[in-house]
Amino acid sequence: MADFFNNGWSLFVAISTVLSILACFVVAWLQSRAKIPPPVNGVVESTGHIWDEDLRELNNPVPRWWLYLFYITCVFGMVYLILYPGLGSFSGSLEWSSSNQYSREVARVDEVSAPLFADYLSKDITQVAANSEATAMGERLYLTYCSQCHGSDARGARSFPNLADNDWLGSGDPAYIKNTIINGRNAVMPAMAAAIGNTEADVEAVAHYVLSLSDSEHDPSLAEAGNAKFAVCAACHGPDGAGKVLVGAPNLTDDVWLYGGSIQSIKHAINNGLNNQMPAFGDLLGEGKAHVLAAYIWSLSQPAESTPQ
Amino acid sequence: MQSMGTSEGETASSSSVNEYDASEDSPDTYNYRVVRQFSVMTVVWGVVGMLVGVIIAAQLTWPELNGGVPWFSFGRLRPLHTNAVIFAFGGSALFATSYYVVQRTCQARLWGGPLVGFTFWGWQVVIVAAAITLPLGMTQGKEYAELEWPIDLLIAAVWVSYAVVFFGTIVKRKVPHIYVANWFYGAFILTVAVLHIVNSAAIPVSLGKSYSAYSGVQDAMIQWWYGHNAVGFFLTAGFLGMMYYFIPKQAGRPIYSYRLSIVHFWALIFTYMWAGPHHLHYTALPDWTQSVGMVFSLILLAPSWGGMINGIMTLSGAWHKLRTDPVLKFLIVSLSFYGMSTFEGPMMSIKTVNALSHYTDWTIGHVHSGALGWVGMISMGSIYYLIPRLFGRTQMYSVKLIEIHFWISTLGIVLYIASMWIAGVMQGLMWRATNPDGTLVYAFIEAVKATHPYYTLRFFGGLLYLSGMFLMLYNMWMTIKAGGVVNAQIPAVKPEELHNAPPIAATAQS
Repeated sequence: MADFFNNGWSLFVAISTVLSILACFVVAWLQSRAKIPPPVNGVVESTGHIWDEDLRELNNPVPRWWLYLFYITCVFGMVYLILYPGLGSFSGSLEWSSSNQYSREVARVDEVSAPLFADYLSKDITQVAANSEATAMGERLYLTYCSQCHGSDARGARSFPNLADNDWLGSGDPAYIKNTIINGRNAVMPAMAAAIGNTEADVEAVAHYVLSLSDSEHDPSLAEAGNAKFAVCAACHGPDGAGKVLVGAPNLTDDVWLYGGSIQSIKHAINNGLNNQMPAFGDLLGEGKAHVLAAYIWSLSQPAESTPQ
Repeated sequence: MQSMGTSEGETASSSSVNEYDASEDSPDTYNYRVVRQFSVMTVVWGVVGMLVGVIIAAQLTWPELNGGVPWFSFGRLRPLHTNAVIFAFGGSALFATSYYVVQRTCQARLWGGPLVGFTFWGWQVVIVAAAITLPLGMTQGKEYAELEWPIDLLIAAVWVSYAVVFFGTIVKRKVPHIYVANWFYGAFILTVAVLHIVNSAAIPVSLGKSYSAYSGVQDAMIQWWYGHNAVGFFLTAGFLGMMYYFIPKQAGRPIYSYRLSIVHFWALIFTYMWAGPHHLHYTALPDWTQSVGMVFSLILLAPSWGGMINGIMTLSGAWHKLRTDPVLKFLIVSLSFYGMSTFEGPMMSIKTVNALSHYTDWTIGHVHSGALGWVGMISMGSIYYLIPRLFGRTQMYSVKLIEIHFWISTLGIVLYIASMWIAGVMQGLMWRATNPDGTLVYAFIEAVKATHPYYTLRFFGGLLYLSGMFLMLYNMWMTIKAGGVVNAQIPAVKPEELHNAPPIAATAQS
């Protein structure tokens, strides 16, 4: 019913559909019964019309096997529409629907996997990470849901953090990872140009200072000038530029750059700020899968001996 | 350029090519000029469209081939390929043959005066505009209806003119009955006008950008109502019109069954209209719409096969000609591919099968068995029939080259569709494979990796098919060089021939 404004439309659809199938049937049936002069001595007559000097049409009857094929498909169609939804809002005698089918399949899998996830959920994430069956499952989940952004090898890409290098924007704590998977993250760095003086020279200077923190290639005199302006940045990144887990501000001293480590990239970040988002997967995955995924992702950055495979 | 010419019969015996009498293009001759223009452009656009196809097939195999150039990337060139082969190559073939057939079977010159020339030049402008705007990324985002609104308006104008010219000629016909080929051409022209105008309705925001007049699932449904009927009418009904003229002509045999042509015509054009929803199985489209689409897609099997049977059985009593006549080979083998893909189509429309085949390369294989096998080959056969007759020759420059063209095309198609079948079924199986814990067995990229060898094979299949097209271009060029333009006189109508012709001696169905 939900598909129609009112019953009239539903009826209209149902009646037109049935009439149309009947019409196919009738057209074939009428032509199969049309009077055709019988062949004389095995010779079929033409219709008597000629086009373009020599184009003619023979009066052969419609092939029987073809006719039956046509009838069978029409009958199949009618039967199908009695069994399955199709005739307006009539839901079909089998009560099938695509959403039912989906729910059934999900329920079937859940029945098998629920005890498994219950078992994993009862354990600590680091314990789960030590279970090779669990991490294999985690890897499959990772490749299905996470690899599009973070890459098949989890090494990320520009704007998408590397998950395998034990360099965390927030924290590498397993619970923190699981929380990120379930609730997502929003990252915002405000545009800072105005706060540091608003001239191109100021931005240039701070950018060189930022580069100097990780001993990247920079101009020492510009960096010196930028040092004084860095105070406003220190609110989030800390006075030494080592970042703060609490606000998710990255460490600027380790030469790991999520948004690019070139002078242009850093100036761009200062001038325009940054906005980034990791979507929340909690509703899609459920806690069990998030738990296993967190274990797999955490294991990626652990020394080999702590994750026996 | 129309000053030299002669009627067909006279050139048939003339081997020295430049001695035409001055049978000028006049109201007493058929309009062969526009047929010539469209026939030549069919081959030219065929080469271009298939070349783009081979380029994007290569890009799928070796992605770095796009060189990082946006307008040369797959996403921009793919619609260019589909538009070029369907509307430029296929469209030109349909214009050329329908204009030729409607004149000769009505014994009347094309009606409509300047509209005739407008359909040719208008259509060429549409194609060139498509070739510029699609690589620039201007698109409505609707498959096979990508072109932006100014081009859509021109298409509508050309198409309405086409209808006026075609039906005007039918009205003016000197023979009482309308030949079956013209039913199909007529249905194709009328329906495509309706489909194009309804599906392209959009709200322009600038010269190069517009938004569809429909939204959400209604937009999807209208798009695939259009999309599948583009297949049904543009790529099927129109080409069946071709089949109904060129097969009996080339075989020298009457159409097998008049009755069959009536049933399958009406059933085909009626049923196709319902089949669109099978493109949207397991989507937000309501279940009832999907079911109705599937049911009518299945019913479509017999009407489609009716055309194949009627064409192939027309050869009864002339099977031996297949051995020696490569043009007939093109025409008849095209029908085999038509039969094959119209069996495959209804099967793929079944929800259970579709759950496996949808979004895989199986669909690409299915489309190409229809496009390369049916549409391509019937067009090639028909154009090979037309070119000598339009340029005052008895046959193409090289019949041997037609033979070679036929075999490398066939081989190319087989490589193409076999590789896509394997790739498609494999992808479908890999995507749906799950572990007992409900996780997927294969990451998406694993299916991509597994598909790679088949992409390579497909590229070579496409390359073979394209090479055949180059042979055709060369063969056509040499034929035109040796010939010259001719204009056939419209013969006088002999009434006794039209109404009460004596039954011809023909063998019964074999």
